[in-house]
Amino acid sequence: MMEGARAVAPRGAPPAGENTAAPQDVRHRSTARHIKPPRWLPWVVIAAGCLPAAWLAWGFASDLLAGTRHLGSNPIERMEHFTGDWNLRFLALTLSVTPAMKITGWGWLIRYRRIFGLFAFLYICLHLTIYFVLDVELNWGALVEDVTDRTYITLGMLGFLLLVPLAITSTKGWIRRLGNRRWNALHRLVYVSAVLGTIHYWMAVKRDITDPLIFAILFLALFAWRARAALESRRKRQVIARARSASSA
Amino acid sequence: MLIRVTPPHAIRSSEITEERDYHNRREFLRAAGLIGLATASFGLPTVARALDSARRGQQGGAPDGFRDPVTIGEELRPSVTSWQDVTGYNNFYEFGTGKEDPAANARNFRTRPWTVRVEGLVKRPADYQLEDFIKPHRLEDRIYRHRCVEAWSMVVPWQGFPMADLIRRVEPLPSAKYLEFTTLHDPRQMPGQLFPVLEWPYVEGLRLDEALHPLALFVTGVYGRTLPNQNGAPLRHVVPWKYGFKGCKSIVKIRFTETEPRTAWNVAAPHEYGFYGNVNPEVDHPRWSQATERPIGRLRRQPTLMFNGYADRVAGLYSGMDLRKYY
Repeated sequence: MMEGARAVAPRGAPPAGENTAAPQDVRHRSTARHIKPPRWLPWVVIAAGCLPAAWLAWGFASDLLAGTRHLGSNPIERMEHFTGDWNLRFLALTLSVTPAMKITGWGWLIRYRRIFGLFAFLYICLHLTIYFVLDVELNWGALVEDVTDRTYITLGMLGFLLLVPLAITSTKGWIRRLGNRRWNALHRLVYVSAVLGTIHYWMAVKRDITDPLIFAILFLALFAWRARAALESRRKRQVIARARSASSA
Repeated sequence: MLIRVTPPHAIRSSEITEERDYHNRREFLRAAGLIGLATASFGLPTVARALDSARRGQQGGAPDGFRDPVTIGEELRPSVTSWQDVTGYNNFYEFGTGKEDPAANARNFRTRPWTVRVEGLVKRPADYQLEDFIKPHRLEDRIYRHRCVEAWSMVVPWQGFPMADLIRRVEPLPSAKYLEFTTLHDPRQMPGQLFPVLEWPYVEGLRLDEALHPLALFVTGVYGRTLPNQNGAPLRHVVPWKYGFKGCKSIVKIRFTETEPRTAWNVAAPHEYGFYGNVNPEVDHPRWSQATERPIGRLRRQPTLMFNGYADRVAGLYSGMDLRKYY
């Protein structure tokens, strides 16, 4: 799929979806990094991604029913922060896959991009569910007031809504239906969602902006890498085009 | 022959809870909570209510140290927040911005010797040793509602003495209109002060008539024990009808002034935190609603009361003032 994507969109567009048979060529090219990950690795990654949610559910249940204090004095606030943090962490991981793949030459990494992206979506769904059920207490009026009157909630909600079509179109069927070019274009919304999520976090903290700042730096670094990669590939294409026109002349 | 005379008020042995049962009371409540959960699983609000009461049950009972009726707030006794929450969930940025930071970082904070300077427009400006500052006053137990500007709340059994008693003792001059309180500035002991989160030292202020109100309290203890460091030891003040940030912790200076003091949060974010900081469910924080609050230790929100439930006693201080303007 990855090489296929290259064939369809040779202008350096990031490959769509997950690999199926792809990374053969990559492996041949980079013999020094000849690595074959074990078959069970994706399952380990998926299990690991579920761990924070499982811990949270267990902690909350234990706090309520057994009087423990795993989630501290304000468990609802803690759960909101926790799930929001994990959404941004998984978004950062998702956006790290392409650079990591290009740098290491490990084409097989691509399949983790979708896994990470879906985990980001899972955690934002938990974030919203906890907010709406436990914080707003299913009060639609309060929800509407929050979304319309409080900018950071408006932006956060927008960041969530942008991830919905991405989660829906994450299947192979949808990649085929949309075609690589359109699928890639649509999935660039993830950048907007990451920016909105970070701004949402930044605006929500009272005074100490350390944590949102860390995410902002991380995302900026990932965007900068992409901008540099895009510039470089354009320059290469120009060189090739010039060489071609010179040879044909 | 042993003759046993039962005094009329004696508790019969059958009435005494066995120690084993006493220690297992939480298991019991846990079981009750589980049953509550099982029977109430018809909708989340119902479940929440059941869990709520289970959690409250665990934290109720008479906490140590203030068993005798308190002078003010006896009616709040059943809803007193647990010791762990009162001493483990704190905003005290001098020791870090996380809620659990103060308890962790204030452990070795030195509160003795401690000097409190009284200065400005008073007849008797002086440096007091903490003991001399407190000694002339009668300490009282009072249970107050505590409402944080972040929309959570507690019910806290404080111990202290009326601010008015101290003010009368130092005799403010007629020109004195405000009090300014200052927290210790010592970044070696207060690691939070190494970061410019707020302008250090922390400064708070009250109008003189507010400070003279009988509810305004200098606090030296909580739960009948010496004030823990993370709660503002050795001396803080509490003004129960105002948001928590109006209470100055680890006070080293009290200055009487003619002009309104520049208070820490007001300087940091003037559009969000005013000088007054009165609890007001009708005036929202720019970023969140103040209409409701989450009582720490419970699951459900509750409505916030005007002046935090002390309106009948303090509203008069602000008659004729536009509380939207003077937030």
